[in-house]
Amino acid sequence: MSAADTQSATAGAAIAGTPLIEARNVTRILSGVVPTTLVHNIDLAIRENEFVAITGPSGSGKSSLLYLLGLLDLPTAGEVLVRGLETTHMAEEDRAHARLTMLGFVFQFHFLLPEFTVLENVMLPMRALGQLSASGMRTRGGELLGSLGLGDHMNKRPDQLSGGQRQRVAVARALANEPPVILADEPTGSLDSKASEQVFEVLRDLVRRHGKTVVAVTHDLGMAARMDRQIELIDGAIVADKTINARG
Amino acid sequence: MNLILDIAWTHVRARVRQTGFAVAGVATGVGFSIMMAALMQGSQDDFTSRLVNTLPNITVSDERRTPPPQPADTHYAAAEIHGLTPEVRRRGIKNPLASMAALEAWVPGAVGPSVKVQAIIRYANHDIATNVIGIDPRRESRVSDLPKQMRGATLNALFRATNAIVIGDRLSEKIGARIGANITLQTSEGAHLNAQVVGFFHSGVRQIDESTAYVLIKTGQILSKQTGLINELRVRLRDPMSSREIAIRVETDTGYKSVSWQEANEDLISTFIIRNIIMYTVVGAILLVASFGTYNIISTITHEKARDIAIMKSLGLSEYTVRSIFVIEAMIIGLAGAALGFLLGYLLCVALGSVEIKNPFLDSDHLPLAYTYTHYLMAGLVALVSSVIAGYQPARKAARMHPVEIIRGAT
Repeated sequence: MSAADTQSATAGAAIAGTPLIEARNVTRILSGVVPTTLVHNIDLAIRENEFVAITGPSGSGKSSLLYLLGLLDLPTAGEVLVRGLETTHMAEEDRAHARLTMLGFVFQFHFLLPEFTVLENVMLPMRALGQLSASGMRTRGGELLGSLGLGDHMNKRPDQLSGGQRQRVAVARALANEPPVILADEPTGSLDSKASEQVFEVLRDLVRRHGKTVVAVTHDLGMAARMDRQIELIDGAIVADKTINARG
Repeated sequence: MNLILDIAWTHVRARVRQTGFAVAGVATGVGFSIMMAALMQGSQDDFTSRLVNTLPNITVSDERRTPPPQPADTHYAAAEIHGLTPEVRRRGIKNPLASMAALEAWVPGAVGPSVKVQAIIRYANHDIATNVIGIDPRRESRVSDLPKQMRGATLNALFRATNAIVIGDRLSEKIGARIGANITLQTSEGAHLNAQVVGFFHSGVRQIDESTAYVLIKTGQILSKQTGLINELRVRLRDPMSSREIAIRVETDTGYKSVSWQEANEDLISTFIIRNIIMYTVVGAILLVASFGTYNIISTITHEKARDIAIMKSLGLSEYTVRSIFVIEAMIIGLAGAALGFLLGYLLCVALGSVEIKNPFLDSDHLPLAYTYTHYLMAGLVALVSSVIAGYQPARKAARMHPVEIIRGAT
């Protein structure tokens, strides 16, 4: 277990009720001849078992905010906390470990490794973490794929699946190490309406039935309206943060 | 299988043609390096063994490295003395039997006495300058391979005729002398001797076969006009490679000039050094060119796999893990190339060794090749190291890729 893991576990246990992910005054500026501000002065807290939509027009900084929350990018100013633990000054190895254990990613494109089978793709994060035996990983991978309706496709290559199926495999891969948070960047952006609905149902199920937290960037306002909370960004700043479907 | 190995192997396996070319590049480099090293080492070993077996490992002659000081130098503190000629001393090694006994007490090998005389061989209108060496045939097998090099007779034939002589086969061809021929020997001291050819020898070293003859010690002493003369002690060591060190000690002990076979052939040995430098430079260049292929394939894979790298990093694989994947890929190419190169090198050596050639400098009609695992080990190691170095740079670059940039680019 790495230092980050130990620290996060301790922090998680000690600070019950603290947000899972918190952005404090986060600004991200892309350096260049003309510096570009992607997001600025973002204050945001994502709590357990929330189903959050980040919406906004193109170029408003939705994906940038998601990458900052997912520790894939570093803020120019401010800080991002995961389970109360400040991550901005963490070593790259520790941030990678935090991603491996705490966060699961689903992107607009599935990004499955084409040379590996569906099951091998799902097992990839488990193998990187190395906590389960080979048979344990296979069992868990099979269960995850089965729960997403892909039990019959485990030994297929990604190019033998439909777009919706591939995206569900990506969801299964994101869940491989049982992270508490799933970050999805336009997960239905490249799918037709039927497949989009299937993926949305899967994400909603994760929140409703499995107690996960899902933060999804989406252009689809209809879909955002069916989620618990909607954060709207314009020009890199939060202009609205509203709870739409409160659950008792 | 380990995750890093699994991904690396999958990447390499998925690009059979590209990987094949990179592996073939390394294999060609390794194969030709092995062949070149075998050829160079083989010819060098062959020549060295000829020198070691034909000539004594150490020759102790009745000369001194520096002329002895003049009595005037020892008695007067004069700054400079003109017109003095060095003191004339009786030729030969003083008390040769005692000197031999003293050397045999500690030298790890055998010592034999001989008389060396410069003479002109006259036969059928041919006058050939020759080194005539007076030897003891019974001792000779202990100090040289001459008994094994005899053709047409044994060395004991020297005992069977008055003034018997054994000459090199090339010398016999030159003057047209056959066994039983009576030749004339004449020295600068005015000695004149008729000798009967009783045998030939073939050492394989052209210079020796063309200009050397062996007689009994007694005959040599007659030619030098000095009874009891022994002007050379010939030493053969159990380990010929230690000749240089032992020669120095012999010289210190006896005071006589003591020349190892390495010193006697210093120019040749320095040529070998230059040859080896050229060989290693060429081998290095071949393997360097091969490593460009590895660099190319790893760069291509990292470029093609940018999205995979991004996703692996976003899943939580560390920079070290990502870097290791591509370094392992380079290692796989290096290892596969080395293994194939070993086979290619061996086959090239076998093919080269089977080619018949006519070389006036070689006895054998095949090229001398050295088969040693060191060549394989060296070529394989250099190939592996250069592959890893070639793969490291693109691997490092891949590991440092910013996943966000790639994911944004892909979407």
